[in-house]
Amino acid sequence: MKPEETDKTKPIEMATIKSLDDLRKIKSEVQTKLSLRERSNHPEQLVQIRVAMATCGIASGAKTVMDYMVNELDKRNIAAVVTQTGCMGYCYAEPTIEVTIPGKDPLVFGYVDTKKADQIIEKYIKNGELVEGIIPVNYESIEGK
Amino acid sequence: MIKVKIDNKTVEVEKGTILLDAARKAGINIPTLCYLHLHDLNITNKPAGCRVCVVEVKGRKNLAPACVTECMDGMEVNTHNIRVLNARKTVLELILSDHPTDCLICPKSGTCDLQTLAQEMGIRQIRYQGEQSTYREDTSPAIIRDVDKCIMCRRCEMMCNEVQTVGVLSAVNRGFMAVVAPAFEMNLDHSVCTYCGQCVAVCPTGALTEVDHTNNVIRALADPSKTVIVQTAPAVRAALGEEFGMEAGTLVTGKMAAALRRLGFDYVFDTDFAADLTIMEEGTELLDRIGRHLNGDKTVKLPILTSCCPGWVSFFEHQFPDMIDIPSTARSPQQMFGSIAKTYFAEKLGIKRENMVVVSIMPCLAKKYECSRDEFKVDGNPDVDFAISTRELAHLIKQANIEFNHLPDEDFDRPMGESTGASVLFGVTGGVIEAATRTAYEVFTGKKLEKVDFEQLRGMDWVRRAEVDFDGTPIKIGIAHGLGNARKLLEEIREGKADFHAIEIMACPGGCIGGGGQPLHHGDSSILKARTAAIYREDLGKPIRKSHENPFIQKLYEDFLGKPCGHKSHHLLHTHYFDKSNPVEIE
Amino acid sequence: MAKYKMHLLVCGGTGCRASESEAIFQDLKTALLNRGLENEVQVITTGCFGFCEKGPIVKVMPDNTFYTQVTPADVNEIIEEHVIKGRKVNRLLYENPETAEKVEDSKHMGFYRKQLRIALRNCGFIDPENIDEYIGRDGYQALGKCLSELTPEQVIEIMKKSGLRGRGGGGFPAGLKWEITRQSKADQKYVVCNADEGDPGAFMDRSILEGDPHSVIEAMAICGYCIDATKGLVYIRAEYPLAIERLKIAINQAREYGLLGKDILGSGFDFDIELRYGAGAFVCGEETALIHSMEGLRGEPTMKPPFPSVSGYLSKPTNVNNVETFANVPVIINRGPEWFAAIGTEKSRGTKVFALAGKINNVGLIEVPMGITLRDVIFEIGGGIKDGKKFKAVQTGGPSGGCLTHRHLDTPIDYDNLISAGSMMGSGGMIVMDEDDCMVSIAKFYLDFTVEESCGKCSPCRIGNKRLIEILDKICQGKGTMEDLDNLRNLSQVIKDTSLCGLGQTSPNPVLSTMENFYEEYIAHVVDKKCPSGQCKALLQYTIDEENCVGCTACARNCPVNAISGERKGLHIIDQAVCIKCGACIEKCKFNAVFIK
Repeated sequence: MKPEETDKTKPIEMATIKSLDDLRKIKSEVQTKLSLRERSNHPEQLVQIRVAMATCGIASGAKTVMDYMVNELDKRNIAAVVTQTGCMGYCYAEPTIEVTIPGKDPLVFGYVDTKKADQIIEKYIKNGELVEGIIPVNYESIEGK
Repeated sequence: MIKVKIDNKTVEVEKGTILLDAARKAGINIPTLCYLHLHDLNITNKPAGCRVCVVEVKGRKNLAPACVTECMDGMEVNTHNIRVLNARKTVLELILSDHPTDCLICPKSGTCDLQTLAQEMGIRQIRYQGEQSTYREDTSPAIIRDVDKCIMCRRCEMMCNEVQTVGVLSAVNRGFMAVVAPAFEMNLDHSVCTYCGQCVAVCPTGALTEVDHTNNVIRALADPSKTVIVQTAPAVRAALGEEFGMEAGTLVTGKMAAALRRLGFDYVFDTDFAADLTIMEEGTELLDRIGRHLNGDKTVKLPILTSCCPGWVSFFEHQFPDMIDIPSTARSPQQMFGSIAKTYFAEKLGIKRENMVVVSIMPCLAKKYECSRDEFKVDGNPDVDFAISTRELAHLIKQANIEFNHLPDEDFDRPMGESTGASVLFGVTGGVIEAATRTAYEVFTGKKLEKVDFEQLRGMDWVRRAEVDFDGTPIKIGIAHGLGNARKLLEEIREGKADFHAIEIMACPGGCIGGGGQPLHHGDSSILKARTAAIYREDLGKPIRKSHENPFIQKLYEDFLGKPCGHKSHHLLHTHYFDKSNPVEIE
Repeated sequence: MAKYKMHLLVCGGTGCRASESEAIFQDLKTALLNRGLENEVQVITTGCFGFCEKGPIVKVMPDNTFYTQVTPADVNEIIEEHVIKGRKVNRLLYENPETAEKVEDSKHMGFYRKQLRIALRNCGFIDPENIDEYIGRDGYQALGKCLSELTPEQVIEIMKKSGLRGRGGGGFPAGLKWEITRQSKADQKYVVCNADEGDPGAFMDRSILEGDPHSVIEAMAICGYCIDATKGLVYIRAEYPLAIERLKIAINQAREYGLLGKDILGSGFDFDIELRYGAGAFVCGEETALIHSMEGLRGEPTMKPPFPSVSGYLSKPTNVNNVETFANVPVIINRGPEWFAAIGTEKSRGTKVFALAGKINNVGLIEVPMGITLRDVIFEIGGGIKDGKKFKAVQTGGPSGGCLTHRHLDTPIDYDNLISAGSMMGSGGMIVMDEDDCMVSIAKFYLDFTVEESCGKCSPCRIGNKRLIEILDKICQGKGTMEDLDNLRNLSQVIKDTSLCGLGQTSPNPVLSTMENFYEEYIAHVVDKKCPSGQCKALLQYTIDEENCVGCTACARNCPVNAISGERKGLHIIDQAVCIKCGACIEKCKFNAVFIK
């Protein structure tokens, strides 16, 4: 095959892998990339976070919150699945996020900014402590089924 | 040694023995069709395709073909229970259902393996009738392919590719339309076919047969304006008897001459005469080249290769065109005979060549092609008009109501019926070179040979190498039979690895005794051995056993030709070769 | 490096590509770029998702949204609604055919629920043209482990313990094959991957090669290590251009990483792979025919023994396994033979990929644990019979498999059960038939294929199959006799009993199994001269109903062969001897008076 044909798919760093350790290194590097897909295979075993990303949410900064969650959870080595969802109906409290810890009922938090998000991660997700701003849920989401 | 139980008989065989052979050891003859094994020549065809030889092996879920299944210790085999018989008959009926059943007018009738098998298996109906596969017939100068009759045994393919390495015939198309044919289904005469006829020699049915020239001969004999002359090749006398129920290896030289005379030939001559002539020409050429070589002439081409086999000639013209200047330029005995007959002998009789018909009886199908070559014609009139095979001669004799077995022994006519023991050796592999050695030795050394038998040149080994001491000068000789082996020697020569002085090559395994025009051996190589022994017996029984001592040959040179390789013999007895490597056209 | 929040997986299998999945991929990329989302959302082309019935597929991760039958026109809506606003595009979601409910999470689709994906583990999950993604999914770990921690004997032991059997149809234990090839002494040996998938409608191997080529490459290298081979060859159909392209890319990437070539992972082990193209002869899937084809000879089988493990490619010991078999190997090494052996049945371990086709709702590619019932496959995964029709038969094992019926629905699927039921595993074709299918015609249909694909070497297959189809044709024409049925059975048995290779030894299976399971249909054709499912045209009878016929003469006027006679306003009659069953009369009759018997 001509070399140019492979260009489009050539992995960025194509250094030779010389040992099993080299291989494992690449694996761990790539795994973070794949983790999003990997985790979605078994979401019930992981922390699931759904960010309401309808117009209302986005307008109130949900996008920032979502980015923050994705990056911070990753940095802090917490296996979690962050998905976006439509309006949860708490437009007054946007940005809202729903957090489900395995084995527990989902909790919805309102008025989440990056600071609050940090608290949610540190307190609720890591230690199971409740954080201010929980919105009582008044309906069952079919998405959770 | 391992033990197998076949039809309740226990036999001990060596590991690796196939069931078929083990059964034969137990006195059980499992029928075969595609299988072919020429034991002494180590030629085997076992594609396991026909499935006629299937047997039941205890513990195996399907039936096993006896021709390829190797014996295992403790194996229990049944060769004729109801399951096996039903399968065998059904398979045979299937083959017959895709085969024209026009046996009565088939050229192979009576010698067809399929016909024999159907008869032995008691086939009285074909339950599975249906469409038959059809192909166009292909007629070449020597061989007819009536492919409708092909049963895909692949014997011809094996011969053409593995033994001869000519590579013309192979299976093409798939499934029901599969057939053995030249590439792109071109006709044989467009292919690199050498007409060696080994495909015909092994074809079990009428799919491959010779072009029949018997009617041409009958018409010539009936024409009062024609003087019809016949020549018989050495190998014919060692095999013709088989067509009349005689044991293989029976020499019928005298009966054959008698039969030919009764058929109405005006002169019954012998190709052996021309074989002696060939030795004079080729031997002289050999000595000339060796002499020049020994004198330091670097341009001289060695080794010299024999050129009496037309299949071999076509082979190197097609496949080794870069080497066409190596073989001897001497024509084959058939063509030398024709050339002398239509000049020297016609003059003697005072008739025009147009009024002379030369018929040759040959063990060979390539001879049919050879005599049709343009360079062997004078103003369109061929030196040899018709070459018919040993089998065709048998048909002619039968048609003429001649009781062959009860004929008296008669002699050939003179002058062109006189020959030596050397010339009859042309019929076997190694024979031409042995005959040439007898003459060359005496001419080269000026001494008389004490022992004319050169055992080291004989045998059935594919490629033989020998050294003959020419009174202090060692002459290196190579012998190959089968074109595949010729190829090996030619490649050695091309690569400069061979240091032979002379090489004899015969296209057919065993030489002419195993030619494509001989009575069918049906896979029994002991027949070829018996014919070979007969040729050596014939040589031994001849009063003169060296070609140059043939008085009629000496007289021919005195009266007509001058000296060997002289001007006249060059014109009449030598030829040239053509580069036929041009890509063939596909229709 | 940007951290993507969302992955859009676009199916790049041959089926979906045929329906513009490449354009969808490009449009998605452009749409994201236009909105500045290219660093947040990644678009990836993957291998086949298996759910080809509803392709092209776009799967959104991490929320497992499974969009079906997507077109380039849907791209903007997916971006605007789903990616930006988080609202799923309802109309593109898969609809459960039984409840008519939209399924939002692909995990809840019946099609995937009962599947267990080992061989297809990466198909539809990774980008097959990116070796890093494969490595990220434990790729080449197994090879590394073998080369650095295990002896070839130990690897073979693992393979034997796993119970993995050849997935190409034969079902020969893979570990044992490796062991035999290892024990054959020679200066050169070969690993051959059989990717000459020839069963009509089957595309298991193609999907693996398109979706996860590295799994096969890795396994071949492991096999090479075990049997002392330094050369691998993939015999692949030239009709699989995408698989070939992906395989070439994968081989090049593996070479660049040093995972193929000299001194792999510093172990001193050399191994490289070349491709050989097949010209699409079914028989070349048979390993000896395949080897002859690779050698440049006519693709036809030769008798075994000698087995390729002893004398194969260029007469050297050659280990031939099929694509799916190889795809299982790295997982077995990584997870251990016990893990693998715990899946499936006692004699058939692991999973099997099937290509579901025919009269079934969810046509596609599935991987299920051995031992699952046909019922689960057809009714759960396959979503039942199309258009609410009745299930009649399922044909497994490709063209030379057998037709199984209701009676077999609860049979656990494995090699041995299928054979004792009169069919076989084959390479994994599974074709479902409903009440409208005529079983005699079905048998004829399959034979048509084998007659076409027979190499012609042995007489029973070359001529016998031709005769079988001629008899079947006669029966479908209404000219069959009871003797024909006897002949059919005898001939089928003899062909099975005497043919040279697997093709002929199994080609009569459709005839024998339909005769066994649907004999009454044969009798109907032969004795009553009727085709119960109305498929055999020659056996249909057009008649005119006395009650309904008003004598309008429309049928008679339109009959192309003047088979209909009758006075105006009188009853019309069809002359059966003349009628060619074209159906023109039915079409023209306004009074529903013409009907088919």
